[in-house]
Amino acid sequence: MFFFVGSESFFFLALIISYIYFSHTGGVLSESSHYLDIKRTGIFTIALLSSSITIFLADVSLKRLNRKAHRIWLAATIILGLIFILGQTTEYLKLYKLNFTISKNVFGSAFFTLTGFHGLHVLIGILVLLIVLIMINNGKFKTIEHTAFRSAAIYWHFVDAVWIVVFSVVYLGALI
Amino acid sequence: MKLNIHIPEPTKPIPDIRTGEGLLQWLSTVDHKLIGIMYLCTALLFFVLGFGEALMMRIQLMRPLNNFLSPEAYNQLFTTHGTNMIFLVLTPMLLGFATYSLPLMIGANEMAFPRLNAFSYWIFLLGGLILYASFFAGGMPNVGWFSYAPLSERFFSSTKGVDYWVISLLLMGIGSVGAALNFVVTTLTMRTKGILMNQLPLFVWMVFVNSFLILAAFPVLNAALFMILIDRQFDAHFFVSATGGSPVMWQHLFWGFGHPEVYILALPAFGMVSEVIPVFSRKPIFGYEFIAASSVAIMLLSFGVWAHHMFAVGLGTTFNAFFAASSMLIAVPTGIKIFNWIATMWGGSVQLKTAMLFALALVVNFTIGGLSGVGFSLVPVDWRLTDTYFVVAHIHYVLIGGSLTGGFAAAYYWFPKITGRMLSEKIGKWHFWLYFIGFNCTFFVFHFLGLLGMPRRVYTYPDLPYLGTLNLFSTISACVFGISFILFFWNIFYSLRHGKIAGNNPWNAWTLEWLTSSPPQQKNFEKVPLVRSRRPLWDMLHPEDPDWKRENKNKIKKTGNE
Repeated sequence: MFFFVGSESFFFLALIISYIYFSHTGGVLSESSHYLDIKRTGIFTIALLSSSITIFLADVSLKRLNRKAHRIWLAATIILGLIFILGQTTEYLKLYKLNFTISKNVFGSAFFTLTGFHGLHVLIGILVLLIVLIMINNGKFKTIEHTAFRSAAIYWHFVDAVWIVVFSVVYLGALI
Repeated sequence: MKLNIHIPEPTKPIPDIRTGEGLLQWLSTVDHKLIGIMYLCTALLFFVLGFGEALMMRIQLMRPLNNFLSPEAYNQLFTTHGTNMIFLVLTPMLLGFATYSLPLMIGANEMAFPRLNAFSYWIFLLGGLILYASFFAGGMPNVGWFSYAPLSERFFSSTKGVDYWVISLLLMGIGSVGAALNFVVTTLTMRTKGILMNQLPLFVWMVFVNSFLILAAFPVLNAALFMILIDRQFDAHFFVSATGGSPVMWQHLFWGFGHPEVYILALPAFGMVSEVIPVFSRKPIFGYEFIAASSVAIMLLSFGVWAHHMFAVGLGTTFNAFFAASSMLIAVPTGIKIFNWIATMWGGSVQLKTAMLFALALVVNFTIGGLSGVGFSLVPVDWRLTDTYFVVAHIHYVLIGGSLTGGFAAAYYWFPKITGRMLSEKIGKWHFWLYFIGFNCTFFVFHFLGLLGMPRRVYTYPDLPYLGTLNLFSTISACVFGISFILFFWNIFYSLRHGKIAGNNPWNAWTLEWLTSSPPQQKNFEKVPLVRSRRPLWDMLHPEDPDWKRENKNKIKKTGNE
């Protein structure tokens, strides 16, 4: 799983480099950065980051063989992930109403591609965690060594870590 | 939730597709050997298509101002030929041999993730078919195998060809990443008892190192492909210069993948000859540590040389100087390998079997390709020769002279293991000489054509002195080259029925794949002895003088404890 995540990080590296490159050409950043609502996204960022803590707690309760707590923390992670997706969807809708779209200018292209691919990864992460949760409820896992859960957790942490970088570059970077 | 589909287990090592459940066994298999064979057969199939495309181009270029092909058809042919040969022939050939041999060579019974292995193959095949599906959707891609923007943008390429190209490469990229992950984890976790990381057969080591290269390079390509797809489908502006995008960015991203890709295709081939040369020289490989370490050096350096494809862009002197220096540097670890192979042969009792001849041809031809490559790292030389036939000569010397020749060495070396029968040496020798002569005569003259200034990717050329003669010579040689492949197919066809029965270890080789039967049963090994050196089969056959007794004491102690 670590190798897969490592490989994925190169994918995001390429997107982030492109974003930085495109957002600093020809003054498109100063034209467009006022579209970004940093406070609002900041709140949803906190939701996503706290989901990293909940999945960590899920891992801890699994090690302590507390199955019930494990399931609750896992469900909490999924809900926090969904809140983040909800935030991103409403943000996109708002931007489209303001006529700020992927084809508006090069900043729009880079912004929607980068955050969109991240959102897609969060969505995949939620699906994977959901599958793990359903399988746990159905009693598919007999041993304590839940490789499937561990792998999903690594992936989830990775998606969060990428968001820290994306948020810093896109939203906080626009403040400078 | 229970699925009630009957999935048959293969009972024979190689199920016959004409009998009963044979075909279904192939389609549903997760066995690394069958998947490996499917990769290799796919490579052969696409090779026929790719070679056909090349031959049509050679016929068009046979004489000046020829009208055999229209310019538009010619553009489609060279684009599809390039993409086809790199992604649909060389990649599956190398992945196929690795999928087949890697678990066997480390004494494992399966890959770490058998289902992922099957998924990688099928998604790769889907990608390949999608590329050719563009033919029925209004034209194949026609913008060259690296699809430079803005030519590949919708404004200039309004047909669907480029979209098909992008999706096809995306799928194949996902397949390659899956396969690479599988190789890394298999090598790390599935080694039989006793094999240390520094005792891996060199082919396994190279595939292992190479997989990291795939894991890092393909995602960059995928990101770039997504961007151009978004450009084309959703009117984004990544690579459209008119609206603030940057075509140069596409070049950076593409070659950021593209140059590692060259080594992705070369390293496994290096691994193959590193297996073949010692066996047919009856000597252990010279400087194992140097070959292994230089592969890592190549892997790391290959990420720092991409912009030597872009000297003509005008990125500035400092930038160019840096990439010129790094490109010269990467020739050093490759040179180390060449000298190691020569030193392995030195003083050995060399047996010139067909597999060995192909390995030698790799040493010769790859050196030529490497030298013209180092020449290109000199920026002024590159400016003079870029986009001429000199570049075409270089890429063919590296990819055919290197990768494909290594693949043939591996084919003659491992065919007995895969099928249980030997390939005919007699037809093999004919195949080799026609291949060697045909290849060199076809492509060596490209160097001269390039120096004369003939540009590549143009469907015809004016009737200037020498151009017509050299091109005609090249076309005739290409036909000789083509005959050599017909002989190879005939050899497979003939040897499958009438070839000599191979036995477990026809070459008296030393690595673990030769321990099991040929072809191996579905379960590769019933029992693998404790491995204590790089040549486990030598140790088995020579208990009085095993390798591990001669190595330094530290290592013996370590393996002895396990």
